[in-house]
Amino acid sequence: MALIDASGLKEDGFTRVAESAALPAGDMILPLGKISADGPEVLARGDRLGVHLPNTAKLDEVWPLLDDVALISIEFPSFADGRGFSLARQLRQRGYRGQLRAFGPLIADQLRHALGCGFDEVETPEAVIARQPISQWGAALRTITLHYQRGTGRGLSILDRRRAAREASHEQRLAHALPA
Amino acid sequence: MYRYDEFDARFVRERVREFRTQVERRLDGSLTEDEFKPLRLQNGLYLQLHAYMLRIAIPYGTLSSRQLRQLALIADRYDRGYGHFTTRQNLQFNWPKLKDVPDILDLLADVEMHAIQTSGNCIRNVTADHFAGVAADEVEDPRPTAELIRQWSSLHPEFSFLPRKFKIAVTGAEHDRAAIKAHDIGLRILRHPGTGEIGYEVIVGGGLGRTPMIGKVVREFLPKPDLLSFLEAIMRVYNLEGRRDNKFKARVKILVHEIGAEEFRRRVEEEFAALDGPSVNADPEEVRRIAAYFAPPPYEELPERSVKLSIAQAAHRDFARFVETNVSAHRVPGYAAVTISLKPIGGVPGDATSEQMRIIAELADRHSFGELRVTHMQNLVLAHVRKDELFALWEALDAAELATANASLVTDIISCPGLDYCSLATARSIPIAQSLSRRFADGARQREIGPLGIKISGCINACGHHHIGNIGILGLEKNGAEYYQLTLGGDATEKAALGERLGPGLAAEEVPDAVEKIVNVYLEKRAAGEEFIATYRRIGIAPFRQMFE
Repeated sequence: MALIDASGLKEDGFTRVAESAALPAGDMILPLGKISADGPEVLARGDRLGVHLPNTAKLDEVWPLLDDVALISIEFPSFADGRGFSLARQLRQRGYRGQLRAFGPLIADQLRHALGCGFDEVETPEAVIARQPISQWGAALRTITLHYQRGTGRGLSILDRRRAAREASHEQRLAHALPA
Repeated sequence: MYRYDEFDARFVRERVREFRTQVERRLDGSLTEDEFKPLRLQNGLYLQLHAYMLRIAIPYGTLSSRQLRQLALIADRYDRGYGHFTTRQNLQFNWPKLKDVPDILDLLADVEMHAIQTSGNCIRNVTADHFAGVAADEVEDPRPTAELIRQWSSLHPEFSFLPRKFKIAVTGAEHDRAAIKAHDIGLRILRHPGTGEIGYEVIVGGGLGRTPMIGKVVREFLPKPDLLSFLEAIMRVYNLEGRRDNKFKARVKILVHEIGAEEFRRRVEEEFAALDGPSVNADPEEVRRIAAYFAPPPYEELPERSVKLSIAQAAHRDFARFVETNVSAHRVPGYAAVTISLKPIGGVPGDATSEQMRIIAELADRHSFGELRVTHMQNLVLAHVRKDELFALWEALDAAELATANASLVTDIISCPGLDYCSLATARSIPIAQSLSRRFADGARQREIGPLGIKISGCINACGHHHIGNIGILGLEKNGAEYYQLTLGGDATEKAALGERLGPGLAAEEVPDAVEKIVNVYLEKRAAGEEFIATYRRIGIAPFRQMFE
């Protein structure tokens, strides 16, 4: 798997732990089913704790388990299954401020969707990167620079840019209207 | 009409550039066919039976003469000299080459058009009442709302990989000409009965296809400023909960049906309550900015009655008939809305040649402030014609063979492209429409029959809306032979109803006789002044079935 964020490929500081595996050393991502049993031990060691959620996770059910979690990874079983985008938005909306990672065969064209929904990074299979080198991910992000939706994405939405332009021109008018 | 500002213009250019690189990356193998497919679909590009098909968005069916001329140019340069207007107020080109598509998209961007989200599992092009802004029964023009939704839904980061396609329609009138109850979301602008405040009735879960359903009211009154956050709540519930295990059960109507409208409503309201509305909604200034583009054109002050019109009606019988069928009331005295039928006798419903497009564009400039509408009936409308000028307009239309006087009559048939073009179709639709059109060609007989909507689909996906046709015709296939099922009593209006199956399937050549029999039962049983659908509601299906036993 390869880890990608807005600035390119990055090192993964976390080790992914399988359902039946023993706990490794260092920062790790546990499956949801192991979080209650093994999470406290990881935290006690002073390591950072991550959790992997299926995209069918119900926010109300998992939220109480996420208090001390530094990273949440969300499963994308296929690039065409957009549930993870909504789950990410719900987590951000509820106030989750930690690292958020999309895990699955997302393609370069979807980096903006992931970042737009509050993900920090995408972990995608090597096979995808072999076809779509990191330059394509950066290019995709630089191609679409605008978005309409307020409350999503990086930078101001088009609606907010219009508002800023309106306010600036309003201030300018006020300034002109004032006596010298 | 809405005009792009610098942001809209840049946004569409960026999308064209993105699509251009997506095509290149498909050709160099960076993208697999599976990966490319949703990307091209989200830009309106289908792979059909014989060629690619490009579906161009005509947001809420509003078009300028300049845009129509550009479509004519594209038809000539990149297609076979014609285009096809669809039931979702869009335009399809049936013969573009993949390598030309990015250039076509640039030509569209030159006139503030695009093909964004006319296909794919995303929020599709928003449709609206084709008499928006001119209908007398309108509470508020639905186009500003539709334009706001167009912008909000374009390349939405969260809602671009939904379980299935998602269609939104808006009306601001009492009489529903936008078929809002047959959409995933239907919005009706209304006044709060208590306070008089403007807001929306929100209907979710309508749709046709293989499991036709009439939408359910999810919110009786939504204050106007909350629109986008409420839509976001609906979309999120659907994106998370809609079925993905079976594409035939993936539309929101199935979710609403399976968990029940009450439970669906509860989940939406819960999500809506959790949302930070003010961070999502458009501010009132933005709503006003958009609405300002839809201010009425500079009408002249005219008397309601036009003497010139009356004289011409008395002198020209064909013109008088055209006025009777194709001219609609306008809220401004002295003006009328004119339907240009794209259903000539024996023609292909919704097709227009580049030459016709140019003529119509010219007439829009001359008679209707350069603006046109596309209707979900696959016709065009000039919405602001002076009554004094109706005769001149009709003469020009007649000279171009565009004056077919059949709006809403039995030959104003809706038809999908069917097996002549479509890779999903199980049977041909266009030849059925053509044979019915020829059977009922006689104008006097059509007027005698009165308003009667025939809708034809070439497969159960129901692009021809057969379920809500007064007479619906569905083309199927069994052991290599095409056959057709008839339904009666469907209704696309505010009295929305799904048609009832008449009987066993028919061969293509039996369809005109069968429709003739149905029409004869109606003519025999109708009370004075009663339209087909009213008679059907009164007498039920039994008298019609008897004719087929």
